[in-house]
Amino acid sequence: MSARIGVVTFPGSLDDADAARAIRIAGATPVALWHGDANLHDVDAVVLPGGFSYGDYLRCGAIAKFAPVMSLIIEKAQVGLPVLGICNGFQILCESHLLPGALTRNDHQHFICVDQKLQIESTETLWTRDFSPGQQIVIPLKNGEGGYVASEATLDELFAENRVVATYVGNNPNGSYRNIAGISNKAGNVVGLMPHPEHAVEALTGPTTDGIPFFTSILKSLVGAS
Amino acid sequence: MARVVVNVALKPEILDPQGRAVAGALGRLGLSGVIDVRQGKQFIIDLDGELEGERAELMKKLAAELLSNPVIEDFTLTVEN
Repeated sequence: MSARIGVVTFPGSLDDADAARAIRIAGATPVALWHGDANLHDVDAVVLPGGFSYGDYLRCGAIAKFAPVMSLIIEKAQVGLPVLGICNGFQILCESHLLPGALTRNDHQHFICVDQKLQIESTETLWTRDFSPGQQIVIPLKNGEGGYVASEATLDELFAENRVVATYVGNNPNGSYRNIAGISNKAGNVVGLMPHPEHAVEALTGPTTDGIPFFTSILKSLVGAS
Repeated sequence: MARVVVNVALKPEILDPQGRAVAGALGRLGLSGVIDVRQGKQFIIDLDGELEGERAELMKKLAAELLSNPVIEDFTLTVEN
């Protein structure tokens, strides 16, 4: 039986269908999770997709962290459940304190939507094992509040502990401190990423297929664990 | 009735692009001497009865955990009973 990977749909999620498709293309079974769910339907991992959960009211991700399904995900993530938060999902992970720091409005004020070059910095997380260290990829980036901020001490710690998962190459597109595009928690099971690997899994619809290894990585991690 | 006013603003060290855009607009519209603008949020919360004891503590906690994000924002809370 293939691995079951949950994709949470919040009111205002946009990229849940693409995340499910990416999971299917990677060879796993996507499982739809609803924000009001009181159980996780035996999923082996969870993707928090992009979009504007609860309309981005209050702050991006601030309301989503209190959703019933999130209290289960937060509890399980602290004891090893693999979670990938993409864009709004990254914002939710920061608001939930599963990842340090926060995401703020792009320094240039504009919403951006570009094919972005990234460098994979850490291949030690459960979601990035199929990359090679230093590998450069191009996947879509689209956000209004994608500027990653954290204290200097936190930034130093993230780099020292090899928890910076990806950095922007070339122009910094949103004012993120130290070009950070994605980070992980200490254990490496929780990863937050501002760019969108789920939009780069098929030649027909994406700029590349560079997003696939995020989803095949987790499959290998799950097989290795079981 | 108690009225609680919570003001939330980005910490001074966090870049505020919206505030910066407003500062630019104020200057373009003829206001001289604009040094800085910081844009924040204000919550006006009306409550039954006086705010005291445990409920006051919970209000403070929620101002810190829901209404603001301590990583990037500071808040002030005032109560008019």
